[in-house]
Amino acid sequence: MSVLLESLGAGRVVEAHKPVPRVVVDDDLWRSVASRIGASELTLLGLWGDIAAVHMAVLDESEPSVVVVTRQCPHGRFPSVGKVHPPAIRLERAIRDLFGLEPDGLPDPRPWLDHGRWDVESPLAPRPQRPSERAPTRFLTAEGDGLHQIPVGPVHAGIIEPGHFRFTANGEAVVRLEERLGYTHKGIEWLMQDAPIERAARLAARTSGDSTVATSLAFARAVEAALGIDVPPRAVWLRALMAELERLANHFGDIGAICNDAAFALMHAHCGVLRENVLRASDALLGHRLMMDRVVPGGVAVEPTLAGFAQLEDFLSATEKTFPRLVELYDNTASLQDRTVGTGIVAPALASQFGCGGYVGRASDRSFDARRTLAYPPYGELSFEVPVLDEGDVNARVWIRIREVEQSLSLVHQILERLPRHGALSVPCVATGKTCEGLAIVEGFRGDVLASVRLDRHAHVERCHLRDPSWFQWPVLEAAIESNIVADFPLCNKSFNCSYSGHDL
Amino acid sequence: MLDLALQGGQMLLVLLLAPLLTGLVRKAKARLLGRRGPSVLQPYRDLLKLFCKEIVLADTASWLFRVIPYLVFAATWVATALVPTFGTRLLFSWSADLIAVIALLGSARFFLVLAGMDVGTSFGGIGSSREAMIATLAEPATIMIVFTLALMAGSTQLSEVAGFMLSPNVGVRVSAGLALVALMMVAIAENGRIPVDNPATHLELTMVHEAMVLEYSGRHLALIELSASLKLLLYLSLIGCVFFPWGLAPATAPAFDQLQGIAAYVLKLLAGGLLLALFETTVAKMRVFRVSDFLGAALMLGLLGTLLLFVSRSL
Repeated sequence: MSVLLESLGAGRVVEAHKPVPRVVVDDDLWRSVASRIGASELTLLGLWGDIAAVHMAVLDESEPSVVVVTRQCPHGRFPSVGKVHPPAIRLERAIRDLFGLEPDGLPDPRPWLDHGRWDVESPLAPRPQRPSERAPTRFLTAEGDGLHQIPVGPVHAGIIEPGHFRFTANGEAVVRLEERLGYTHKGIEWLMQDAPIERAARLAARTSGDSTVATSLAFARAVEAALGIDVPPRAVWLRALMAELERLANHFGDIGAICNDAAFALMHAHCGVLRENVLRASDALLGHRLMMDRVVPGGVAVEPTLAGFAQLEDFLSATEKTFPRLVELYDNTASLQDRTVGTGIVAPALASQFGCGGYVGRASDRSFDARRTLAYPPYGELSFEVPVLDEGDVNARVWIRIREVEQSLSLVHQILERLPRHGALSVPCVATGKTCEGLAIVEGFRGDVLASVRLDRHAHVERCHLRDPSWFQWPVLEAAIESNIVADFPLCNKSFNCSYSGHDL
Repeated sequence: MLDLALQGGQMLLVLLLAPLLTGLVRKAKARLLGRRGPSVLQPYRDLLKLFCKEIVLADTASWLFRVIPYLVFAATWVATALVPTFGTRLLFSWSADLIAVIALLGSARFFLVLAGMDVGTSFGGIGSSREAMIATLAEPATIMIVFTLALMAGSTQLSEVAGFMLSPNVGVRVSAGLALVALMMVAIAENGRIPVDNPATHLELTMVHEAMVLEYSGRHLALIELSASLKLLLYLSLIGCVFFPWGLAPATAPAFDQLQGIAAYVLKLLAGGLLLALFETTVAKMRVFRVSDFLGAALMLGLLGTLLLFVSRSL
């Protein structure tokens, strides 16, 4: 029994929750966990609503262990975690919008996902309400001589996802940035209610297109944990292969796109070629460029092709020659370094407070990587390093990506060597006849993706929550841009590359 | 009569060649990046498309907003027509004064900055303020370059300067070299090329020129795009005519010399466009506030060129 679980001894442990314990607690224990998170003893991994309850996933990085803490709220209220731990504020605002549960003492009670344009209010509550008239959202103010606001988005000049950014600037210097997200809210959690597992898996795969493997994998692992299914070894290895290919494709794309935002199109063009090669190899291997719907609960949906493996080998040997030259080009272009070094700095304390995953956290001295810290299979058997830097600027985030690409290339090699050539790819998901719950944390290219699933006795989804890593990265972007200049925002933003779709759900 | 035909020919030539030069630079950049890129004729098609499209005007736009594209285009076209391209001593050459060219471009820019602020969007304002900052830095540098050339050639008339540069008593001059480098830097800043501005960007927060014209559409936008192409052509012509005047034919020369002049001019543009594309591919855009260092260097080079001439007329 972990130290974290012992400290929650007064709570009631829910047996049906796998693989980590879920503890139902009272107000005092809930508050004490919240204050321990606020004091940085524990890390908040997720906070989500349910029918008359809220759940909070916490991580004790010293052990490491994860526990889900539940607070029943029959009266529709619960003590706010955001009051003592700012990273929880947006999560609680979202709970309020979706479930109508009221966080007591929430410092910022403005709506978050609900822009007043839905035809229901609190759509996930047992009894959704008709929407009421409400005043337009007010942005936080910053007052002083010469300050002016610059509204950007939600429609941008390029073809990118929608999000609104409200800058308060003094000439070129940014005094405050406030984000407004929720424009791509698709109601995925609502659509998942009562859905059979296959349909829910397809929905999970569409949460954020660039992380489709990671999100599908998190969902699948949560379902498998709930149902107590063991996935065939071949599927485990193949899933890891897909996850690493997805990471490679996105990191290549990001490295190029960051340079392109500094108008250095040469890197963009070359990285674009590398990304395209990954996507083509994935297509040849599994019949889909992004490998969407390839990871399913129970295993893997598609038999990989031999031609695909051959193409993958070609890609690996070609990339190992070209990528070091690109790294050299990045490192030796002074005009590019001038833009990325020292821009958009995230202090390590902030990264650890927000529990930023992925390159955002690792560029600011937070070494958490679900593959290493939680060592889900098959990563326990693979050898790889988790690169960590402490500068926290755009340059550091680029270098983390570069190092992760190198690690992922080596991981793909190792996986290809050890991948069983024959054997079953999946097992059926059979209902257990009773309600069961599962939680999974998977390392996507952006960071840790969390999935929590509760299945009813027919193995239909009762409640599913998917938490994209962007939830804990978007707020940090607001801090990173402060005292930088407006013209550097695109560069900072691209170095974060947070998901709009995964966040808005 | 022949004078008029030659001057008219020059005016048409620059107007027709300008989009081609823009297309060439884009094509060369695409090839350098390993892409196929659009045809060099694409800018013509874009202009045609824009001329056929209807205009969407902001409710807050004033009469100035509607007039400015014509003003900008007219000023830029006249300025471009004043610079000797294939021949010197054309009909307008009495007015083809470097200071007049700079004044015309300055006025065009002044109006464009006004247009950026006219509609009252934040991007227009950002673009205008950045453009004004770049202009206040670029213009002194340009003036220093003009002084250097005028002191060397004894005139600010472009035909005279070109004639002097062609004459055997030029030799190798440090001042001319300094002025050339300074003029190239100014040309990059004035035309909003990388590393000062990125003409191909979609990032509204980093734009300078594109942010000012964000609200324009239809034939207004076409005129502004055409003016931008003309301006690029102007600076390449200027560098060509002042520092590489080979092939320039006086208006009185026979037809064969005129044709030779045109051929030399086209070659100069081709070389200039390719060099620009190559340069733009190898550098990243600089931070907005680094532009002052960049143009400050241009100003210093121009100043140095002028001062050297006071030390010795032969430097």
